[in-house]
Amino acid sequence: MGFFIETMLGGLMTGMLYALVALGFVLIFKASGVFNFAQGAMVLVAALAMARFSEWSNAALGGDSLFLANVIGIIGAGAVMFLVAWAVERFVLRKLVNQEGATLLMVTLGIAYVLEGLGQTFFGSEIYSINVGMPKDPVIMFEGLIEGGVMINKEDFIAAALAAVLVGGLTLFFQKTAIGRALRAVADDHQAAQSVGIPLNKTWVIVWCVAGLVALVAGIIWGSKMGVQFSLVTVALRALPVVILGGLTSVPGAIVGGLIIGVGEKLSEVYLGPFVGGGIEIWFAYVMALIVLLFRPQGLFGEKIINRV
Amino acid sequence: MRCGGLFLESNMNAPNPAFLSVNNIEVIYNHVILVLKGVSLSVQEGSIVALLGGNGAGKTTTLRAVSNLLQGERGEVTKGSVEYRGERVEAMTPADLVKRGVVQVMEGRHCFGHLTIEENLRTGAYTRTDGKAAVEETLEKVYNYFPRLKTRRTSQAAYTSGGEQQMCAIGRAIMAKPKLVLLDEPSMGLAPLIVEEVFEIVKDLNTKEKVSFLLAEQNTMVALRYADFGYIMENGRIVMEGAASELSSNEDVKEFYLGLSGEGRKSFRDIKHYRRRKRWLS
Repeated sequence: MGFFIETMLGGLMTGMLYALVALGFVLIFKASGVFNFAQGAMVLVAALAMARFSEWSNAALGGDSLFLANVIGIIGAGAVMFLVAWAVERFVLRKLVNQEGATLLMVTLGIAYVLEGLGQTFFGSEIYSINVGMPKDPVIMFEGLIEGGVMINKEDFIAAALAAVLVGGLTLFFQKTAIGRALRAVADDHQAAQSVGIPLNKTWVIVWCVAGLVALVAGIIWGSKMGVQFSLVTVALRALPVVILGGLTSVPGAIVGGLIIGVGEKLSEVYLGPFVGGGIEIWFAYVMALIVLLFRPQGLFGEKIINRV
Repeated sequence: MRCGGLFLESNMNAPNPAFLSVNNIEVIYNHVILVLKGVSLSVQEGSIVALLGGNGAGKTTTLRAVSNLLQGERGEVTKGSVEYRGERVEAMTPADLVKRGVVQVMEGRHCFGHLTIEENLRTGAYTRTDGKAAVEETLEKVYNYFPRLKTRRTSQAAYTSGGEQQMCAIGRAIMAKPKLVLLDEPSMGLAPLIVEEVFEIVKDLNTKEKVSFLLAEQNTMVALRYADFGYIMENGRIVMEGAASELSSNEDVKEFYLGLSGEGRKSFRDIKHYRRRKRWLS
């Protein structure tokens, strides 16, 4: 029993991290109708910037204050993400108002390559580490309830809490504020949004900035877990089935999707793995996404695709 | 200078610039397709001006040139100028224009399908800075003009009927407290009774709220009944203009746009007969 819960909790924590990356996809899709393939590259760039800026400032400060170095790192990385958002709007999206979804999708593929290249040119291509002082030691919980208790990684716990706060905040932002409403309006119809006076340029910079910040959070958490390196880009690939499962337009869907896939992966690996020779973890998410696509093309929580003639 | 409206004489010597004047504009799409070949028109404050003509005459393009929404369609004003209250429109963004009180209601409604009717209306107030209470007040006013919208306020716009969507689109424009609404083809795809309902409300908004309308329509008969002044477009040019009452009694307009001729209504059977003979016997 204890082992089962431990596996499940482990899955939930990984799921939360998938969800963080998935959130970036959902944000940009919700607010501009663009499926942003560059989200993985943004996570990489954010993590790289964070790692390098804190490393440099740490060296400049003589290694006295890790906290200050990290603050400078976060501010620096935030500035980089803002720059990325501004440049994407200025040089790419502005020219593509009112274009087909497929065109915009291809453009984000291009942005992904440019970001990956530039990120490594400026910040280097070694493996770096981020140390934001997350506690690494595990804690034992529920000792009274289950024999032997359940072991949880403190780091995972904090990460999950952080993700939950982000999601709550973003949901409120989209549903309750005027800017959130404007962003949803832009996603529905670029031109109509323009006609009521919503400035597309500004809303796009805002939403890419927010997505950049989400990428930064994801980058910091993933980076401090497994080091900052090029393979962070592939994290985005794992988040793809998460958004398909949860629905491209739903913020809570990204979270639930992440959790389902995280837990599903771990449990299937442990309990089904031995029968088929292991390795389920790698393809399980994609199969789940495929099944969901067959029965609910809009995902579990996505907005229904409305076609009215 | 062309000067439309019933206020022609009274305003002729007025020192303040015209409300809206379009001076001899040329619009080119994709750098090659010449759509407007020198269009001039003007709208007096407080009037309803109809822009009439068939498919592809350039009505929508003219409206887009005024609201500066041509960019998204890869169009460009290459000659002439558009002035709103003496200010050149070309350098402004669509958002600037909305702030100054020029709002376009696009052809085919273009409601935000996934937003509720009320959310749609609220997006219309995006550029306003006069506070929450004032926006709520306008929202109530819009619901008064369009009682149907109030009953559907929580449904997603995409699930409402065509007439309700058209009302939503107009209401959304009214939420910006406009001075001039550019209304593109409001009768499109609507049942005649609903068309009348929509036009009645437009007239109401015009008299009570002092909103001016520049109205592009194919439905000549209805449009001329509600408008003060009319322009008829063909092939990117304005071919005729006059007070609405004059236009609707003009013989050519009757013949070409209303399907009426001097001898009264032509019977559909006559036309068919004529064609048949021409094809088979001669």
